[in-house]
Amino acid sequence: MKRINGCQDIESTYDIIVVGAGPAGMNAASTASASGLSVLVLDENATVGGQIYRNVTASPLRDRSIVGPDYWQGEKIAARFEASACHYAPGAVVWHLDKERTIGVALGEASRIVSARHVIIATGAIERPFPVEGWTLPGVMTVGAAQILLKSSAAVPRGRAVLAGTGPLLWLYAWQCIQAGAPPSAILDTTPRGNWLSAMPHLPAFLSSPYLGKGLALLRAVRSKVRVVSGVTELAIKAHSPGLSIEFRRGSRSESIAADHVLLHQGVVPNVNLVSAAGCDLIWDETQAAWQPQTDAHGLSSVPGISIVGDGARIGGAELAAMRGEIMGQHLAQQLGGERRVDSNGAQLTPKVKAYERGRPFLDALYRPTQAFRVGAPSAIACRCEEITCGQITETVRALDVAGPNQIKAFLRTGMGPCQGRYCGATVSELIAAARGIPMSDINYYRLRSPVKPITLGQLASVPHNNEEAKFVQRI
Amino acid sequence: MRSDKANTVVIGGGLVGMATAYGLVRDGVDVAVLDEGDLAYRASRGNFALIWVQGKGAGLPPYTMWTRQSATIWPEFARELEDVSGVELHLSQPGGFNISLDEGALGRRAAMLQRIDDACRGLPGFPAEGSFSVIDANELRKYFPEIGPEVVGATFNPLDRHVNSLLLFRALHIAFKKLGGRYLPNHKTATITPGNASFDIATEKGSVSASSLVLAAGIDNGRLGKMVGLNVPVRPQRGQILVTEKMKPFLRHPIQTLRQTNEGGLQIGDSVEEVGHDLGLRLGVLSVLARRAVGIFPHLKNVNVVRSWSALRVMTQDGYPIYDESRDHPGAFVCTCHSGVTLAAMHANVVAPMIKLRRLDDACGAFSTQRFHVPAAA
Amino acid sequence: MFQRLPDISGTTVHFSIDGKPTTGIEGDSVAAALLVAGHNAFRTTAVSGAERGPYCLMGACHDCYVEIDGTANQQACRIRLRDGMSVLTQHGKRDLGR
Repeated sequence: MKRINGCQDIESTYDIIVVGAGPAGMNAASTASASGLSVLVLDENATVGGQIYRNVTASPLRDRSIVGPDYWQGEKIAARFEASACHYAPGAVVWHLDKERTIGVALGEASRIVSARHVIIATGAIERPFPVEGWTLPGVMTVGAAQILLKSSAAVPRGRAVLAGTGPLLWLYAWQCIQAGAPPSAILDTTPRGNWLSAMPHLPAFLSSPYLGKGLALLRAVRSKVRVVSGVTELAIKAHSPGLSIEFRRGSRSESIAADHVLLHQGVVPNVNLVSAAGCDLIWDETQAAWQPQTDAHGLSSVPGISIVGDGARIGGAELAAMRGEIMGQHLAQQLGGERRVDSNGAQLTPKVKAYERGRPFLDALYRPTQAFRVGAPSAIACRCEEITCGQITETVRALDVAGPNQIKAFLRTGMGPCQGRYCGATVSELIAAARGIPMSDINYYRLRSPVKPITLGQLASVPHNNEEAKFVQRI
Repeated sequence: MRSDKANTVVIGGGLVGMATAYGLVRDGVDVAVLDEGDLAYRASRGNFALIWVQGKGAGLPPYTMWTRQSATIWPEFARELEDVSGVELHLSQPGGFNISLDEGALGRRAAMLQRIDDACRGLPGFPAEGSFSVIDANELRKYFPEIGPEVVGATFNPLDRHVNSLLLFRALHIAFKKLGGRYLPNHKTATITPGNASFDIATEKGSVSASSLVLAAGIDNGRLGKMVGLNVPVRPQRGQILVTEKMKPFLRHPIQTLRQTNEGGLQIGDSVEEVGHDLGLRLGVLSVLARRAVGIFPHLKNVNVVRSWSALRVMTQDGYPIYDESRDHPGAFVCTCHSGVTLAAMHANVVAPMIKLRRLDDACGAFSTQRFHVPAAA
Repeated sequence: MFQRLPDISGTTVHFSIDGKPTTGIEGDSVAAALLVAGHNAFRTTAVSGAERGPYCLMGACHDCYVEIDGTANQQACRIRLRDGMSVLTQHGKRDLGR
C-alpha cells in the first residue's frame, strides 16, 4: 500500500476509487488491486478500520480482551490492505461525487479533482437519529461515540453512565465497559416488547446463523452485572447540575435516574449522503426502517459505474461487509479486466454470506426501534444544527400542507446545517409521512448536493475551471 | 377523482403565485392554489433574496420604474405581511453594492447604469440626481474594511435591499392560509379546458373549476399558456449559489453577489447557465464563485461552505416580466418573472387587485405578451 | 468526562485548552483529549447559544466544533492532537474579526 500524504501525490485517474476504509472498502480495494487494477482508497480517518475496526492498527489498548475478539478481526483485513498495491489517502474528505465519477477530495489545505472508471462507496453506517428531549445536551452522546473513545483513546466514562436504547452495539459496549472495569450504572432498554413476537418467525434461521453464540453469552454477562430496565417507552434527558437526569416511563410507571453520561443507541442506518448527492436513487426499507441506496445483486447503484458495498448499502454488520467487499472486488476485477486473475473464492464465500444473512431478519425484527422513538416527542429537537423540534415540523406540515422534506427544509431550515441532514433526514421524512397520514413510499429524501462535507472557500477556489465556467459567473 | 370549485385558481405555489394569491385572498377573493409536489423545480427555494434595483431595465424603462416602485412599497408590504403571518421577514434596507475586481468591468457597468438612468430621466418619481453612484476602492473600505487588494471599486444604489426569502416564502403561505385560501400540493396541472366563462383544470389529484385563472407556474407557464391561448416564452436558466456556515454579522450591506443572512450564513452567487432543465452542479462554476468571493474578501478563505444550490430561473425571452390576460379566454391571466422577491410587493399589492377586477391596467401594458408578436421578418 | 484505562500505550502530547496546559496521548483526536481532560461542553451553538459537546465522534454531527490554532469551527473529532496545539472552546457564531 502506498500512503498518500497530500493532494499532489494523488494520480488524476484510477481504475477504481474506493471511498471508506472499513471492512468492505479495504477488502474490495485489496482484492481489486490484486488483479492489477489501480486502486485509490480515500478515507476520513487517520487510520484504517472504519468505525467498527476503528484504529485497530494503532489502538492504545494493551489488554486486548477488553474489547473482545471480534474487534481484532480487523487486523487481518488491515494487514492484507497494507500489503496491497493500493494508494491510500487517510484524512481525505470526499466532498463531491457525480455521475461522471468525478470526485472532489479535500486533503490538508488543498483540494483535488480525481476520476475513476468505477467508484465503490463504502461509507458505512451512522447511528440512527435518536430524537429524545435533551439528546443535544453535553454529556449525551451515542454509544458508538463512546466506543470510539474506548478503541482509539482507551477511555471510558467517568462516573455514572446510563445506556439507553436498543440494538446489538449497546449490549456489546456495555460488556466492553464491564471488561474494562467501568460498568454502566444502568441500561434503559427501549426494545419494544412486541418485537419478540415479530422476531419469532425468524428465530430458527437465526439459531443456525453464526450470530447466536456470541450474542447470548454477552447478554447474560451484562444482565448479571448491570441494572437493566426493560420495556422503556418514553425518555427525556434534562440538565441537572451537576450532571444529567433521565426521566423514563415503562408501562404506567415514571422514574428518573441521575447520570453523568447518557449514551444513546437505536441501531445504525446507511450513511446515504454521498450516494444521494451523486444522484443514486434511494428507497425506504420498511424492515430496517431506513433509507437505502437502490442496488442490484452486484451492489451497483442506479448510476452506472458507482457501486455501494457494506453497511452503506444495507445494514448487515462487519462480517457481511467484509465478505461482500471481497466479492465486489472480484466482480469488478473481472468487469474492468484486471491483468491478473484473482483467486476467486467467491464460491467459498457464498455459503458463509448466506449463513450470516440468515441471522439478519431476526436481528432486524428484534431491534427495530418503535416509531415513537424514530419520530421523537414534540418537544425533542429533530434538526440538531438549526435547532428545530419535532413538534415544529409536525405543526408546520399540518398548517401549511407541506408535501415533503424539501419544502419543510425551505420553511424551517431543517437539514441546512453542517451535518447536512445526517441526523434529521430520516426523522423529518417519517414525521411528514405521519403528519400527512401517507406511507413512506410516497415520501422522498432531501435533495442533496455537493459539498457533501463542508470544505473551505479556499479549497473550493483551488478547483480548476475553464473560460466557459468563468463566463457563466461574470456579468457586468 | 375529486372535483372542486374556486372563484380564482392560481397555478403555482412559489413566490410569484403565493404573493398574487395572498393579494387576492386579502381582498376577499376565494382562491385555490394548485401546486406540484416536494421535488418540483422551485426557483423560490433557490432564491438569492435581494430586492434589487440597480441594473434593472436596460432597454425597457417601464421595467426600471416597475422595479423601483416595488422596492419603494416593499416596506409597507412587508409590515402588513408580518402582521398577518406573525413571521419576521428581516427586511434590511441599507442600499446595495456591486463590487468589481476589474477596472474595465467597473467602467462598463457604470456606463450601463448611466444608460438606464438616461432613459428614465424625467419619468415621475425618478431621482433627478440619478439612481446610483460609483465608489472607488478607498471609499469602499469605509463600508467594508475587509476588502482585498483586487477590488477596484463598486456601484451603489440606495434603493437596493434584501430580505430573508425563505421566511418570505413561509410568511406568504401562512398568510394565505390564515386569510382563508386553499393550498393544494401534489396537484400538478395536467390540462386546462376553457369553458363558457369558466376553466376546468385537471390535476394529478382531481379537477378544479374556476371563473378566473392565474398562471404562476414558472417555467411550466409555457406549456400551460398554450392551453388558454397565451404565448408565454419562458425558459429555465440555471443559477448556482454557495452557502457558508454561520458567522457573526460583518456585512452591513448586501452586495449583488454576496450577502449575509440574518441567521449569519453567507450566500455567494451566482451563475447564469443555459443548460435546460438540469439542476446539476458544475464544479468549475462553484470554484469561480468561491474565487470571486475570496477575491473580494480574502478573510473568507478559511470559511466553510456548507451547501450549494442550483435553481432554474424563470427567464422570459427578453428577460422582462410577463403580465397578461388571454384575449381568446378572458379571465385567464399569466404572471411570470425571474424576480419573485423583488417584485413580490407589486404582485401582492398592485397586480392582484387588477386580477380581482379582471382588468390589467396600463401599468402592465409594457409587460404584455404582445411584445413577442413581432413579424419574423422584423 | 472520560477517564483513561490504566494499561495503555502511547506517548504523552502537550497542548492547551482555553490557555490551560494539559495533556493527551498520541493518537487522540482533539475531542477525545478534551473529554478526558474533563470538558463535556465544547461550544455554544450559533442558533440559540445552547451548550453542545461531541455527539457522534465520527465526523458526521459537527457538534464538536472548537477553535484550533486560531481557526474556528474545526471538527475536534476529526483532527488529531498535536504537541503545542492551542484549543479554544467556542461561543456562538464564528467571529471572523478574531
